Amino acid sequence: MSWDLVLAQAMLGLNQGVFYALLSLGLAVIFGLLNIINFAHGALYMLGALVALIGYNQLGNWIGVPDLHINFWWALILSPLLVGLFGMLIQRFTLRRIAKFDHLYGLLLTFGVALVLEGFFSNFYNTSGTPYGAKPDMLKGVVNLGFMYFPTYRLFSIIASLAVCFGTWFVIERTKLGAYLRAGTENPDLVQAFGVNVPLMITLTYGFGVALAAFAGVLAAPIYSVSPLMGADVIVVVFAVVVIGGMGSIMGSIVTGLTLGIVEGITKVVYPPAANTVIFFLMVIVLLVRPAGLFGKEG
Amino acid sequence: MKKILLSLASAAALVAVTGNASAAGISDDVVKIGVLTDMSGVYSDIGGEGAVIAAKMAVEDYGGKVLGKKVEVVSADHQNKPDIASAKAREWIDNEGVDVITELLNSGVGIAVQKLASEKKTITLNTGAGSTALTNKDCTKYGIHYVYDTYSLPVGTATAMVKGGGKSWFFITADYSFGHSLEQNTSKVVKEEGGKVVGGVQAPLGTTDFSSYLLQAKSSGADVIGLANAGGDFTNAVKQANEFGIVQGGQKLAGMLVFLTDVKSLGLDVAQGLNFTVAWYWDQNDQTRAFAKRFMKRHGAMPTMVQAGLYSAVTNYLKAIEAAGTDDSDAVRAQLGKMQIDDMFAKGHIRKDGLFVHDMFLARAKKPSESKGEWDLMSIERRIPGDQAFMSLDEGSCSMAK
Repeated sequence: MSWDLVLAQAMLGLNQGVFYALLSLGLAVIFGLLNIINFAHGALYMLGALVALIGYNQLGNWIGVPDLHINFWWALILSPLLVGLFGMLIQRFTLRRIAKFDHLYGLLLTFGVALVLEGFFSNFYNTSGTPYGAKPDMLKGVVNLGFMYFPTYRLFSIIASLAVCFGTWFVIERTKLGAYLRAGTENPDLVQAFGVNVPLMITLTYGFGVALAAFAGVLAAPIYSVSPLMGADVIVVVFAVVVIGGMGSIMGSIVTGLTLGIVEGITKVVYPPAANTVIFFLMVIVLLVRPAGLFGKEG
Repeated sequence: MKKILLSLASAAALVAVTGNASAAGISDDVVKIGVLTDMSGVYSDIGGEGAVIAAKMAVEDYGGKVLGKKVEVVSADHQNKPDIASAKAREWIDNEGVDVITELLNSGVGIAVQKLASEKKTITLNTGAGSTALTNKDCTKYGIHYVYDTYSLPVGTATAMVKGGGKSWFFITADYSFGHSLEQNTSKVVKEEGGKVVGGVQAPLGTTDFSSYLLQAKSSGADVIGLANAGGDFTNAVKQANEFGIVQGGQKLAGMLVFLTDVKSLGLDVAQGLNFTVAWYWDQNDQTRAFAKRFMKRHGAMPTMVQAGLYSAVTNYLKAIEAAGTDDSDAVRAQLGKMQIDDMFAKGHIRKDGLFVHDMFLARAKKPSESKGEWDLMSIERRIPGDQAFMSLDEGSCSMAK
């Protein structure tokens, strides 16, 4: 096995890893502030991709302007906004009502939301996947990385995801807004007493976490086929990533997502049949040795 | 007095349900057809709701009645899980008087339900699953395998590819019974035709990113990359092969099991030129087009070979009841074995091991410029006669046929 091959696999793993990172980051943000285990995350990731697909393929026909195709760049902005807004509605009208109860209720509710969304869209969209044809011309083709030819689009998706991940980390850990968020997590009553509108902040945070999932969905659309079940496939792995990284840790979820993507990529060449299980294997070990996760706080 | 009458009546009912099954006529005055399929998962485009519609169309076209008794279609989602499928099948047979179970896409499900149903003397018409085990190692007295199997798929495709210069093969295989059996059968054909297998990799079922496997296939330098998988696994692999410029680099892709919906999902830009084997395509002749048109109206999509096969299987099951004069499984199964089947789906006969032997076809995905409509996706290149397409009884290992 040559170094080139290992590097190439690591690069592909990194590509997978940025999606894990984006998704687990959203989960971590939501869990950190709302204490909700958001099982709808995979479905909202799917919704992000689907909104982009609809914007490109169907919207024009629906509103009587057949030539209207929302291109990829607009989709990258609009889809997270729309899906984020949808998330805020979910939070405002359902999740808020059960905020006082045990974690389990939020988990059940969001799981239900996921089933409803996936079932609903399965009626209209191919479960084998529909191709998303709006990949911009400037991102077509391949780039020579020295050790391999890498599709330009994939390189772009890695860079864009990393930028968003670290941007999010910076805002939450290094700015005043982030300080409010973190304070709201620790003691919502006290922060409210200082004049911060905590319920609004919570709604916005949920919307932001959901928007991250939708952003990942749009980025994934040109690589994988858009299918109503695309989120169900990935969400289980993402939860394993979150468990390994530690629930609620921002940096933890980013670093774990990237690392596990690379680990999975290299497993695919070292021992392919284990590629789907290696993450769960690591999860078991982490749970045994450090139950709070690699970056989580004990207790 | 009332009490005695009541207990007499219930005793009679009990006899009617459990008792003399070989009596002529229709048990409990209704023929129930159970469509057990994947309604919500990765294979739901191939079977799913469309399969239920195909079954209903078959019943309606038959007149809704057989031997003067009503025919009903019931359906359930097996979720691709053999345990759920078995539980549902048991409930249907034991409590709801279902007479035949059909569709059964997914080999794991197919094998489990066929075994259970046969123990309970119930016919299964498998139109969805592929494993040759259904009519070999795991064959049963009442199990019928209708549309295609993993032996018939590579015969056309692999032979054509090797003859076309694709001498060395690398496999990307779905890591479960179906994929293994497909890879094994394909390798056999490749070697018989004078080609060789230079390597392979097993990818877990449901892999979304095939790029690592494709890169290994690329560096193997093989002429042909054989994709021994199906559904979403297949379409993702082809799409990503395109992204990494594998075909442009001179290697060919061979899809071992390709459904109409897969080609549709890939789009002809990506799929063009792919060779694969099918049992049926909607645009073959006037009969198939007429069926497809009616189906399209109800389902909103053209029928896959699984759905068309199911229509045919149900129709012939009803014909067999009519001819046998009863819905008793032994009599109907014997009648099905005697009949020559000849309809819009296929011509052929059902063997002792349960395999429906009929012609298969080598198909090619059209170029975008050749396609005249949304569903104008394939052209049929060559007919493969049934006796070449399927394993002979002598080669097979079914104990029923020895």
